[in-house]
Amino acid sequence: MGRLHFSAPDPYHAFITRIPDAEYGEGRLSGEAVAVKDNISTRGIPTTCGSRILEGYIPPYDAHVVELLKADGAAIVGKTNMDEFGMGTTTENSAFGPTLNPADTGRVPGGSSGGSAAAVASGMVRMALGTDTGGSIRCPSAFCGIVGMKPTYGRISRYGLVAYANSLEQIGPMARNVSDISLLMEILTAHDPRDSTSINCPYCHKPDPDIHGLKIGVPEEYFGEGVDARVASTVWEAISLLERRGAEIITCRMPSMTYALAAYYVTCTSEASSNLARFDGVRYGPPAEPKKQWHDSFQERRREGFGKEVRRRIMLGTFALSSGYYGKYYAKAQTARQNVRNDFHRLFCEVDVLAGPTMPTIAFLLGEKSDPLSMYLSDILTVPANLAGVPAISVPCGTVDGMPAGLQIMGRWCGDEQVIDVAYAYEQGVSA
Amino acid sequence: MISERDVKHIAELADIGISGEELDEFTVQFNDILDYFDILDQVEAEATKETDLYNVFREDVVTPSLPQEEVLCNAGEKEDGFFRAPRVM
Repeated sequence: MGRLHFSAPDPYHAFITRIPDAEYGEGRLSGEAVAVKDNISTRGIPTTCGSRILEGYIPPYDAHVVELLKADGAAIVGKTNMDEFGMGTTTENSAFGPTLNPADTGRVPGGSSGGSAAAVASGMVRMALGTDTGGSIRCPSAFCGIVGMKPTYGRISRYGLVAYANSLEQIGPMARNVSDISLLMEILTAHDPRDSTSINCPYCHKPDPDIHGLKIGVPEEYFGEGVDARVASTVWEAISLLERRGAEIITCRMPSMTYALAAYYVTCTSEASSNLARFDGVRYGPPAEPKKQWHDSFQERRREGFGKEVRRRIMLGTFALSSGYYGKYYAKAQTARQNVRNDFHRLFCEVDVLAGPTMPTIAFLLGEKSDPLSMYLSDILTVPANLAGVPAISVPCGTVDGMPAGLQIMGRWCGDEQVIDVAYAYEQGVSA
Repeated sequence: MISERDVKHIAELADIGISGEELDEFTVQFNDILDYFDILDQVEAEATKETDLYNVFREDVVTPSLPQEEVLCNAGEKEDGFFRAPRVM
């Protein structure tokens, strides 16, 4: 139907690839600029996953979500920067250099969907797609001051998403307001038989800000050790606003939080060690050396092509699954994961949604999280929703030292509509 | 505690390729991370099992797929419609 001229400057390095002249069609997103995280396949447009190992790779097909965006008229204007294969909380682990936070260029935008968050927050695009394995949509949304949602596991097809940790990750919408999140959910939740985990549960809903009588649980652990006191008090103010709008606030406990983060990292690294075995230089990426021995060529490709964090996680996962350690790490992690699910199940018998901070702090300074474990620990409040497969949204709820903070709302399995309603009620309450 | 020798062995298993100077760095970091993972020892062995899991099957029917040229278009080394890979033996 038309072409969108897209050549705005990119001072925060939000994009890896830009399409200066993007085609668009008719539909609910006709002519709207939409950015797509660079681990989501786009036919004819390079898809790097933020890694040198996919240099030169051009997908021969579109991901299901990209087909759906195009069918509704969107102009795909580019592929956004990310931590390599989604492995990071800052977008500093990109082979193409870090993205900067539009609110303060001395700070990270969060990750791993940091490019998408910066593109939306800076106004370059109205909306973007991210992916969330352990918080990778919600963290950058909180750090950059936008809305971002990890839908229920299975609600959006992962066909065409380059896999990192299949049992945890979901594609999800990022935008500047809750109505746009809701619109993207309507567009993206079509059932897809090509992803066997895709559930047939289309989202047909308009956000409703009436939360009178709604029970909101606040787990004590979400305000525990490691949570910045200023972030905690900002988020409590947001929860009080929901109370003033008619919700009932109930404090509760989530004991499985003690080992949720360890369970998450054992699971995601184990899955990564298997998934990333496909990058061998044979089918895509800088080619293998046919004259060398298989293992020599394979090791050389992977040492040159993968960054340190990716290699660290592949090795950790290989170790957690190796003979003699499987029972101590992987099997225990799966039991812990079930305990997290049980905690959510028990709490959702008593309350409708759970609320707390999205991240324990405001955005880190560039280079602040150089030690891997200290970076992992900052994911503590986002990983439970991934382990349980439940929906969770981050909505901006004020600032601390001039930097955005995020209110996180988690809901029942397939309760994406209710999560969006609560976020909408908060947003409307703030602007009222 | 895992040693540099263990890390070298894992790197071999994972075909990841590791250099001498990285070995020390990775070993220190792995020990920090594995110490943290020890918290999983506190998990009680028996959790309630997931009961609502089911398999998703489809009929084994041939459907259209990408043409061979498109499938091969990203490969660096190819020959007569095949991927060309390093020798295994």
